[in-house]
Amino acid sequence: MFSVSSSQETRGERFNVSGFKIMQLSGAEIVVRCLQEEGIEHVFGYPGGAVLFLYDELFKQDKVKHVLVRHEQAAVHAADAYARSTDKVGVALVTSGPGVTNAVTGIATAYMDSIPLVILAGQVPTHAIGEDAFQECDTVGITRPCVKHNFLVKDVRDLALTIKKAFYIAATGRPGPVVVDIPKDLTTLKTEFEYPKSITMRSYNPVVKGHAGQIKKAVTLLLEAKRPMIYTGGGVILGDASAELTKFVKQLGFPCTNTLMGLGGFPATDRHFLGMPGMHGTYEANMAMQHCDVLLAVGARFDDRVIGNPKHFFEQPRKIIHVDIDPASISKRVKVDVPVVGNVRDVLKELIRQVESARGGPDKEALKAWWAQIEQWRGRDCLKFDRSSAIIKPQFVVEKLYQVTKGDAFITSDVGQHQMWAAQFYKFDKPRRWINSGGLGTMGVGLPYAMGVQMAHPKATVACVTGEASIQMCIQELSTCKQYRLPVKLINLNNRYMGMVRQWQEFFHGNRYSESYMDALPDFVKLAESYGHVGMRIEKPADVEPALKEAFARKKDLVFLDFITDQTENVFPMVPGGKGLSEMILV
Amino acid sequence: MRHIISVLLENEAGALSRVAGLFSARGYNIESLTVAPTEDATLSRMTIVTAGSDEIIEQINKQLNKLVDVVKVVDLSEGDHIERELMLVKVRAVGKDREEMKRLADIFRGRIIDVTDKDYTIELTGPGSKLDAFLKSIDATAILETVRTGASGIGRGDRVLKV
Repeated sequence: MFSVSSSQETRGERFNVSGFKIMQLSGAEIVVRCLQEEGIEHVFGYPGGAVLFLYDELFKQDKVKHVLVRHEQAAVHAADAYARSTDKVGVALVTSGPGVTNAVTGIATAYMDSIPLVILAGQVPTHAIGEDAFQECDTVGITRPCVKHNFLVKDVRDLALTIKKAFYIAATGRPGPVVVDIPKDLTTLKTEFEYPKSITMRSYNPVVKGHAGQIKKAVTLLLEAKRPMIYTGGGVILGDASAELTKFVKQLGFPCTNTLMGLGGFPATDRHFLGMPGMHGTYEANMAMQHCDVLLAVGARFDDRVIGNPKHFFEQPRKIIHVDIDPASISKRVKVDVPVVGNVRDVLKELIRQVESARGGPDKEALKAWWAQIEQWRGRDCLKFDRSSAIIKPQFVVEKLYQVTKGDAFITSDVGQHQMWAAQFYKFDKPRRWINSGGLGTMGVGLPYAMGVQMAHPKATVACVTGEASIQMCIQELSTCKQYRLPVKLINLNNRYMGMVRQWQEFFHGNRYSESYMDALPDFVKLAESYGHVGMRIEKPADVEPALKEAFARKKDLVFLDFITDQTENVFPMVPGGKGLSEMILV
Repeated sequence: MRHIISVLLENEAGALSRVAGLFSARGYNIESLTVAPTEDATLSRMTIVTAGSDEIIEQINKQLNKLVDVVKVVDLSEGDHIERELMLVKVRAVGKDREEMKRLADIFRGRIIDVTDKDYTIELTGPGSKLDAFLKSIDATAILETVRTGASGIGRGDRVLKV
């Protein structure tokens, strides 16, 4: 159950604790007031029958700005990126039935990456629920497996409290999306409105502080390590712990790797950084993951794309310390020696404090030998590519993008080869700059992600690294970008193939490129122009840098840069499915 | 190994489907699941009988705790506990079988709760193994219908699961 700040009754009139008269508001007014109380500035959505009264209330005020997308999936993606690039909760508003089902891909995407979102969904009127009404669907049932929690509001008197709970649940503990399903009749019914200031729930008490004894054990292991390795994930980004992580890594002088979700958690240009681990991780990161004797995992979950075959991973004996806010993430895929459940920032602070006060630091001699080994691995130069190619190499485009934007842009991506190249070649020095769908791997997120980021950071440079297949999955959002004058830059690495599918078919399916060729592509330059944007086609390596410079100089324009790239280029290194981390295919 | 897990959860619409959905989505097995409100009408108590390796059971406990509606989770099989299940079984009871059926019900401390000239309905409670034993001891062709509730469990002595 819950407790809320109570109100008082005086001579028939109701007052709240601050002495203000309690107002009678409609459900629709209450929803908008709740958003205002939560400090929500942007809501991404699409209207429809079940949410008409809500849209009417949005119309009457200007505190909460509504961003009209062209498809509900994009509304959720944009709200998701808004949350990823800030530390706020993203909000999406969709209508019942198809509005909700269109939103499901966005919700599942956010769920897999633990992104705090509140999705407000219209529902058919209470009396029509269960009668297969027009635009009815079982929203709570459909979204249940891909939300942190969801609610169907059945009484207008519960509305404000439910929305409060939704924001609280979405943002605390391991974050995640929360759906609030609101029947249409509730939006017209009136009740007293009071927004609870704080909330406690007996069934939901997220852990904050890590166990001091466990942290002490971790410090002992780390200081005794001969070949230590620090591996961090999205938890460091979501937990705003990158300053602490950076301090801790430098304090110990240990090597550090960030997963795809964790990039920017530790500065990529620092020499302690070994690059990304996993299926397309660097040689040095994977070798160090495999051969370390003490592995500290922080806000990471030993994903199948990160550790490869778990059996092979365990052939090499090592002690594992795992810090995570979610107890269920610990010992899920790998057996852990020292689990520490807690907020990663608090735990890192405590680790720093205990290492400071420990007698003697890490084993300097052993560390020197370990770094010598790592430098040898690094010397393998696993990310090299043909720089003299007459055809544009996709890696070259990302490298130039990094240089032209001085490493300070927000980069979103879609899913596939271009995503991996962006992750490998754009060096993220700051958290919340790299926005991509890691867990669900949703093609089509790139453009709506860029919209959400640009909305949250109107003056920032935002680029979306995409491919000709992914970009077509949410291409309609070019229209939204025009309406809101979002000057994002689209870096289309156009190789006329679903590149990652093609790569797997080349490696594992005897070069049979089944349905992976993108035939009948549109003219992207004309397409961009038809939406009122600027389009550019770049076909020669020498034109890459000038084109990027020109595009980024156009501060007010969305520029669609269509780079015609090498069709045969593959992402290396690669750990094939079922293989161990150190069994990489190298260039 | 077989485990019997007790869950206290908010008595809210959909709470049961969250638990059932968790088990099917993550591929955990459910041998039986029972649920009903407690003396506090805002809370339901659920008993889940499941089986799995230690790692799977650990995950089941953690994943159950992670559900927002779940207040407390206890693995009863970690300590002393009692479990009971209720079975109603309708058996053919004619001729010489009629007396034999009553005698067997008595031996198992079952009660005959409905009688016609052709059949008995026997109520039997106990651990699942006792109910199995009763079904084995009577002529299989005499069984017309059985219905079982699945196990409910409670800790022994001062082991109490309460908010």
